[in-house]
Amino acid sequence: MNDFFFLIPVALALGLAGLAAFMWSLRTGQYEDLDGAAERIIADEDAPIRTRAD
Amino acid sequence: MSCCAAGLVPDPRDSREEILLASRPIGDGERQTELSVPSIHCGGCIHTIERALHALPNVSYARVNLSTKRVVVRWRSEAEPPPLIETLDRLGYPAHLFDFGTEQKDPALGELIRALAVSGFAASNIMLLSVSIWSGADAATRDAFHWISALIAAPALLYSGQVFFRSAWRSLRHGQTNMDVPISIGVLLAFGMSAYETLHRQPHAYFDASITLVFFLLIGRTLDHLMRERARTAIRGLARLAARGALVAEDDGNRSYLPIEEIRPGMTILLAAGERVPVDAVVVSGQSDIDCAIVSGESLPQVAIEGSKLQSGVLNLTGPLTIVATAAAKDSFLAEITRMVEAAETGRSAYRRIADRTARLYAPAVHLTALLTFVGWMIVAGDAHRALTIAVAVLIITCPCALGLAVPMVQVVAARRLFERGIMLRDGSALERLAEIDATIFDKTGTLTFDRLRLAAAEAVPIKALAIAASIASRSTHPYSRALFAAAQEAKLDLVTFDRVTEQPGAGLEARTADAVYRFGRPDWALDGTALDVRASSAVLSENGKLRAVFQFDSELRPDANDAICTLKDLGISIKLVSGDRDEPVRKLATLLDVPCLAGASPRQKIEQIAEMSAEGHRILMVGDGLNDTPALAAAHVSMAPASAADVGRNAADLVFLRDSLLSVPYAITTARSASRLVRQNLALAIGYNAVAVPVAVLGHATPLIAAVAMSVSSIIVIANALRLGQARPLREASSRKTGSHLLRPETVR
Repeated sequence: MNDFFFLIPVALALGLAGLAAFMWSLRTGQYEDLDGAAERIIADEDAPIRTRAD
Repeated sequence: MSCCAAGLVPDPRDSREEILLASRPIGDGERQTELSVPSIHCGGCIHTIERALHALPNVSYARVNLSTKRVVVRWRSEAEPPPLIETLDRLGYPAHLFDFGTEQKDPALGELIRALAVSGFAASNIMLLSVSIWSGADAATRDAFHWISALIAAPALLYSGQVFFRSAWRSLRHGQTNMDVPISIGVLLAFGMSAYETLHRQPHAYFDASITLVFFLLIGRTLDHLMRERARTAIRGLARLAARGALVAEDDGNRSYLPIEEIRPGMTILLAAGERVPVDAVVVSGQSDIDCAIVSGESLPQVAIEGSKLQSGVLNLTGPLTIVATAAAKDSFLAEITRMVEAAETGRSAYRRIADRTARLYAPAVHLTALLTFVGWMIVAGDAHRALTIAVAVLIITCPCALGLAVPMVQVVAARRLFERGIMLRDGSALERLAEIDATIFDKTGTLTFDRLRLAAAEAVPIKALAIAASIASRSTHPYSRALFAAAQEAKLDLVTFDRVTEQPGAGLEARTADAVYRFGRPDWALDGTALDVRASSAVLSENGKLRAVFQFDSELRPDANDAICTLKDLGISIKLVSGDRDEPVRKLATLLDVPCLAGASPRQKIEQIAEMSAEGHRILMVGDGLNDTPALAAAHVSMAPASAADVGRNAADLVFLRDSLLSVPYAITTARSASRLVRQNLALAIGYNAVAVPVAVLGHATPLIAAVAMSVSSIIVIANALRLGQARPLREASSRKTGSHLLRPETVR
């Protein structure tokens, strides 16, 4: 039984990683436009969005 | 400068000035503008719009948001604002500006979602540890797991629980209780006792119960918030009807575009056709037709000549006008209405939501039960630790998990159902209030009817005359002309081409051919000294001064107005028509729909009407769209407005419906009623659960395992019951099918 205790920190670390990933996606606005993201993926061009940012 | 406001198309310069006024600086010499573009619907639109906007000079960034149907544009502020609206119009996407400042990110939602994520993480991990404890871990392992659970639960509770602790504290400080008080006490006591148990190596810890509770409740809270936010953004995305600024002619001959707040009485304003009057003013030169529908409820266009007084908000239809402001924006009609709205809102008694009313009874009952349990066990067993443990278990098991979900879940499902039908619900309390109403007051112009006019008795007009008149009318944007043109298109008439058509603002249109002069417009202008019985709602076509045809116009009834009224009557709701329009059209519509009416009502009379009916014990739904209805919208028990309503009206209404059909009204009421039934069922279920669980807990049998199972099961039952609303067949369909066959066909008012 005690041999498997290392699984607990592993499980917690994985959970924390998931939580951190979610927080990151939230902060960077990944959920701002769910419908748009679904459509943009099939757009032909790969042109950068900021075409004139200099 | 040649671009002085003239012609039928608003000066493009003005829209640029408006863009400047509605944008905000974002640093690096750039400004940001947000546009609402309701017709965006696919990936192709995204591509077209972004490419076209990027091609404009000075635009550095343009991005479409398909979910919110909005475009964010950044442009360099040293240059002129780019012609964004014209560009989108040319592509076939009508757009309108958002005010800067209204569109800040919603901090509360972000906080709720982060709290939900943290509590979800903690709950799932602690639950995993708890399952191994329940399946019989030995004492050493159990203690170790309790410690790990405590370490996860403490920060998670501190972070995620804040939402409830803050609200509970605010409420307690004002000497009240809300649902968050028993929640906070339960969660904190459960954690405190479990920490004590862990320190003393006892077998029972409720870490899982306390954090799961927070998790479940946060789900309800977040859904509730999302629902309100979605409606709010949808309403904000509608076109703004009030003017943002006006072109002012200064004494030195210069013209400048000033924001409304800076316009003083005595300033001369150049008002182009198609613009709204920014402040109360009087006409000094020019002649035009004025549309007052949204301001006063008057359905027919009025003539404005020198000396006419104009209220802020009316729309200038045909010709350019020079007007002098008689009041500043803060003293104008619009501002007066806003003040009446505020007065009406403070006068209305505060509505307490069902959840809060329940909490007022629930919290003392729960706390009393826990206290009695403690006292009882002290008397029976005399063991303070044991008595306290059992008392806390009672608190945990009665913690209103199901109760906290029972109401928001139903309201979220109901709001989604309404949303799919184009009805925006501002908040859950509006739904509760809507279920209680037994009387409805309708406005006429713009609510039961459309703002636009139509040709009445088209079959009585000679075809030839109609074709000629429609050909002339196709050049004008006057409501009569549009109605005529639409009627000709409906009849599939071939239009004649004229070399020259001129518009006489305030009078009519004149067309010349080689051998004839046709005039379409006011009888006294079009006819040569013939005394014709002039009716307000008519126009004539003349050929060389001789009468060819008379045209009558009326307002077009909203689709299904008749069905909607009948359905409302079937639901046992009494109906009254209260309008600011003249007596004749109001009475005609009222007779057609078979409802009592009151014509020529001022905004104050509308409020008085509501007060009178409320005093008789009615709960009133007000449905209206005009500025003159707005105070009444705020005063009524609950209110609805169409999307075409004035800005202040839309903001005062509890529900806004986006579709043309008036069936939205009975649909919203039946949905609210079935939601209210489900809320009651859910509350009964939650209380029934307590009736079973409390005796178990009081007798000391509530182990952490039982608490976890009971809590989850009751929450799931409540959620499943709420979801039934999604499937339930709306009452409307059943009742309109029943009465539909012998209903009058939707007709028009004459």
